Amino acid sequence: MSVPIYWRESKYRYKLIGSECMKCHKRFYPPKRVCPVCGSRELKDVKLPDKGHVVTYTIIRVPPKGYEEYAPYPIALIELEDGTRLIAQLTDVDPKDVKIGMVVKATFRKLSEIGRDGIIQYGVKFRPLIENES
Amino acid sequence: MSMRRVAIVGIGYTKIGEHWGRSLRDLFVEAALKAMDDAGVERVDALYVGNMMSASLQEQEHLGALLAGDIGLSGIPACKVEAACASGGMSIHQAYLAVASGEYDIVMAAGVEKMTDRLTPEVTLSLAMAEDREYVIFSGATFVGLNALLHRLYMHKYGAEPEDIALVAVNDHENAVNTPYAHFRNRVSVETVLSSPMIADPIHLFECAPISDGAAALILCPLDKARKFTDTPIEIEASTVSTDRLSVHERDDPLTLMAIVRAARKAYEKAKIEPKDIDFVESHDAFTILGVMTLEDLGFARKGEGYLLVREGQIARDGRIPMNTMGGLKARGHPIGATGIYQAVDAVLQLRGEAGKNQLSKAERGLIHSMGGVGGTVVINILRRAD
Ligand SMILES: [Zn+2]
Repeated sequence: MSVPIYWRESKYRYKLIGSECMKCHKRFYPPKRVCPVCGSRELKDVKLPDKGHVVTYTIIRVPPKGYEEYAPYPIALIELEDGTRLIAQLTDVDPKDVKIGMVVKATFRKLSEIGRDGIIQYGVKFRPLIENES
Repeated sequence: MSMRRVAIVGIGYTKIGEHWGRSLRDLFVEAALKAMDDAGVERVDALYVGNMMSASLQEQEHLGALLAGDIGLSGIPACKVEAACASGGMSIHQAYLAVASGEYDIVMAAGVEKMTDRLTPEVTLSLAMAEDREYVIFSGATFVGLNALLHRLYMHKYGAEPEDIALVAVNDHENAVNTPYAHFRNRVSVETVLSSPMIADPIHLFECAPISDGAAALILCPLDKARKFTDTPIEIEASTVSTDRLSVHERDDPLTLMAIVRAARKAYEKAKIEPKDIDFVESHDAFTILGVMTLEDLGFARKGEGYLLVREGQIARDGRIPMNTMGGLKARGHPIGATGIYQAVDAVLQLRGEAGKNQLSKAERGLIHSMGGVGGTVVINILRRAD
């Protein structure tokens, strides 16, 4: 991924910022310019909750170029506490311990060592909630 | 506006496989010339080429002018059509519209993909470009991984067993044994499928369509002129397209591919038929789970019950709804941008009565389902043997 793309999107990727429709109040990640539900053009940036649960998951064993060193790693469809869904990598967990329904929390991590332009890419991954952690 | 009825009067195709010694251009030229010979035409009025990855795999774009020149037709209108894995089906749709509108009489709908020019990690990344690159693929997800999310959720929600879903691959291989142009012509058992290496749990290697090279082409013309070119014109009764929110996490129910539901509904309406009037279906089963979900979203089974049709053997050639009669994406092969055209070739052979040992006892009308991404684009083409 190129430097301009990486720079432009980093705000949304680093801080889990999505958008909320001002008409129907549905939330989306990544952010939208037009509401896919009601068609409204009034959307504003919103910080999404950093906790959620695993709806479904997989373990990537044949990774794309740039992600080889992390394989095998889990990828999950996560539903955040406000109902917003996204796809993210899970970390700090043995792939065989991942379960549907598992509660997870966002954490800031390195995603890929060498991007196409030689940059180190960071973003949000999710890790299991630690006991007694809110 | 009254649209003209459209027919397929010529088909041409290469064998699908790993063509190390041949280029994208070589493959296209073979298929295109064979299709023109089959229809008995020396030129076409326009050319559409389905292709997804020539930019990333060959570092070549502008396929329309390039390939028209390669078959001696510089001067005709020509362009590449791209809709990820639905590029071939979309090429048929564009050619169909071009003839139906009255603008062109003889149009070639072609497709080509040359995948073995790169190593697997690069092909994996290129295929993943069918998804949201900046957010979904950025996470490290792959195309097979996204399908694996659905595969696991489907089993979890509807109680299907891994064996039920693996049977889709077994059926494809069974049908490809007699298909001369298929990538794989061997039978496989459920045990073989489920003991093959895991690619993205719960999807095994033998549940994924292979990396294939291939090209195929169709010649379309107005139905009322079709008998000049062939004794067995095949009418395109309906050609419809629908799109969906690109990523599965953006959909209300990830297990319903709404683009299939919408495109199919419109296609049945245009052809004035119901699912029960379809004799066979060529399904875009790039992964086994897609074969199961497609049966439901096309209306052949209720939601959550597609796997029962598969378990009961109803997708076999002698079943209630024969599926992928020449081997499907898994065994006939999946050269991405050409796949939709190969699906049409499979259907045309059945409808002409030229399917050899795989000839169905009743093949008057077939449905072709082509899909880009995980249901982001769906093209439905319904073909019928003309009276
Ligand atoms: Zn809205």
